[in-house]
Amino acid sequence: MSATENTSATKKQIHLAAHFPGVNNTTVWADPRSRSQIDFSSFEHLARTAERGKFDFFFLAEGLRLREHKGRIHDLDVVGRPESITLLSALAAVTDWLGLAATVNATFNEPYETARRFASLDHLSGGRAAWNVVTSPDAFTGENFRRGGFLDRGDRYTRAAEFVATARELWDSWGPDGVPRPFAHHGQHFSIEGKFGVPPSPQGHPVVIQAGDSGEGREFAAAAADVIFTRHGTLEAGRAFYADVKGRLAQYGREPDDLKIMPGVTFVLGDTAAEAQEKAAEIRHQQVSPQNAILALEQIWGRDLSAYDPDGPLPAVDPDPDSALVQGRVKITNALEIAAKWRALSEAKGLSIRQTVIETTGRQSFIGTPETVAAELDAFVQGGAADGFILVPHLTPGGLDDFVDQVVPRLQERGAFRTEYSGSTLRSHLGLRTPVWKG
Amino acid sequence: MSAPLVRSPVHLAVSLDGAGRYDPGYFVELARLAEQGTLDFVTLGDSFAKPGLDALAVLSRVAPATGRIGLVPVVNTTHTEPFHVSSAVATLDWVSRGRAGWSPEVSTSEAEARLFGRRPAARAAELWHEAREVADVAAKLWDSWEDDAEIRDAPTGRFIDRDKLHYVDFEGRTFSVRGPAIVPRPPQGHPVTVVDATAAEPRAAAVRHADVALVRTQDPLAARTARGELRDRTRAHGRDPERLRVLGSLPVALSTTADAVELAGLIGDWHEEGAVDGFHLRLADPERDLALLVKATVPVLQHRCLLRRFYPGATLREHLGLARPVNQYATAGGGRHERD
Repeated sequence: MSATENTSATKKQIHLAAHFPGVNNTTVWADPRSRSQIDFSSFEHLARTAERGKFDFFFLAEGLRLREHKGRIHDLDVVGRPESITLLSALAAVTDWLGLAATVNATFNEPYETARRFASLDHLSGGRAAWNVVTSPDAFTGENFRRGGFLDRGDRYTRAAEFVATARELWDSWGPDGVPRPFAHHGQHFSIEGKFGVPPSPQGHPVVIQAGDSGEGREFAAAAADVIFTRHGTLEAGRAFYADVKGRLAQYGREPDDLKIMPGVTFVLGDTAAEAQEKAAEIRHQQVSPQNAILALEQIWGRDLSAYDPDGPLPAVDPDPDSALVQGRVKITNALEIAAKWRALSEAKGLSIRQTVIETTGRQSFIGTPETVAAELDAFVQGGAADGFILVPHLTPGGLDDFVDQVVPRLQERGAFRTEYSGSTLRSHLGLRTPVWKG
Repeated sequence: MSAPLVRSPVHLAVSLDGAGRYDPGYFVELARLAEQGTLDFVTLGDSFAKPGLDALAVLSRVAPATGRIGLVPVVNTTHTEPFHVSSAVATLDWVSRGRAGWSPEVSTSEAEARLFGRRPAARAAELWHEAREVADVAAKLWDSWEDDAEIRDAPTGRFIDRDKLHYVDFEGRTFSVRGPAIVPRPPQGHPVTVVDATAAEPRAAAVRHADVALVRTQDPLAARTARGELRDRTRAHGRDPERLRVLGSLPVALSTTADAVELAGLIGDWHEEGAVDGFHLRLADPERDLALLVKATVPVLQHRCLLRRFYPGATLREHLGLARPVNQYATAGGGRHERD
């Protein structure tokens, strides 16, 4: 890495995305400023704010089955959301530049229809579509779908990889003469043929995002994705991840710049560092209600702990490693280890259940004044830990307002972020090449 | 039993189907024009086998650019997931603030089956039976959230009252769905179900599930007979025939203002004969025909008091004079939020 000072002309540019607040306890719904999670006006507000801030894209997550806890629908966090491609097609009408990323599951969809829907979104948005490819963990979600059942972990990724490859074949299947050519794909998971119904879209291929940090996920991203949506860690952890993933690209004939690494991050701003810390503590307190504290504990312990006092000590009983208490979430595999850590912390600091949960979960990624947050974000990118960030606000729909008004101008002053969009497509915002046509 | 004569006003809808357009501006302009003519809704066809964009996505793109016009995409039920269909149509209703409908269709062709590679082609009767099940489960999923399920009760820390969310536990011949929906109950309760009821198989679906049935014919007597049959069979299924609108679906090509005025005359004649509740006009060239329709046909109908001059309501159900459906899962005293 160069030690010389970057000038604004050559400085590595930060990419920013806005995540609509999701169905987990990062989203604070009890705050008086919190508005609807389903009215179009909320999505419009957040998307327009992101576009005002010259963000690269807007991001929607997906859920195909409501979460359950102790055999009942989980009721403590936001529940319910729109279907993402339909919602983004509507947002295309009220934005002009912003990329529009929809999460669509590769387990419970089929390549022809998914490729057609994303090509349609790309046409309808003038080249701003992105597809966040995810796979589904379990038969629990499958109960809502024709295919039902279960794919084991390995199959999930081979299906996803073949799914994306097949979609790319369809996107490439029209000839340069504007006439669809017959395609035929016969693989392990899909055997399809015919003619694709949508002419090449403005981006050729919509941007492909892969979310997840596992080994299979990294490999899949290195082979096939344009963006990887990862978890945020420390600067050191970020650097290690960044180096690892970028290092995997060469074997697929790709350059390091062909895959953008964007951790999902949260932020809290204040006029002073102390005020920001105070606000951060207050938000964590809102995020971890007494009921949510018990629930967080039950997710680790896999036991009914409803009799415990959230303001009292942690349970003496050990977690049940084979529990089926929690459904629709990523499975926790090292429960005993986490429980031991939490107990140690609680004993050392004299923390109650709720205080322990607040202390151990959901600490915001960037807390400070607009100036220091801008400097830290910039340091992450210049220091080789990220290419940009997917910001996860905690309030719907105003959670991005302060960031756009206060942090974006400082990133721009640092020469690290665009002051105007220079192209019209999401590929252009992200500095991604036009895909080579393989028709 | 003969059907009571049709009362004013005439319900008017147009199809935006045309050859190969992919720019959203084209569809937005047409929908705005239809809205200028105070039409009830526009339909947009969809087929996996023919070139064209996903119709539901197109009309979702149109929604924020319009304010009153109803938006009814064709949705194929053969190769899609019923759960996704329900979510997408509910979302169209949210983004349009209560102006969504959907028109179920089936794919019988081997060519379409091969695009999915998941099931062989099947006969229309079988696929329409499945489409009926899809319509049934979609309505159940829309009802799987009661209207007041979101409570945001800070003292108990609960965002929803989960007693107001319901598993649908639907078991069909070819699929099952556990539920509840991921999308909260849409603004209209149920987006409007429009079925092209010309052929026997979809007609059997229409009498069970349609809010609007389309009948393709150019003969007012045939239309009147079809309307009577649809209403009788609807009643036989325990549904109120007053909650079914039957529209004559006519091919229309207008090259001159005279054509457009003549069309107004035809609409008036059919209406006088009590043939149908309204019309679904399949325009040969939407750009040309819709402009003439709005400029010349609509004013004549308005002058004869057969067509509204403004939209008194905001939702597609309101345009059609259809009540918001009571939630099938609502507990005792349910329907307290329904309006008629």
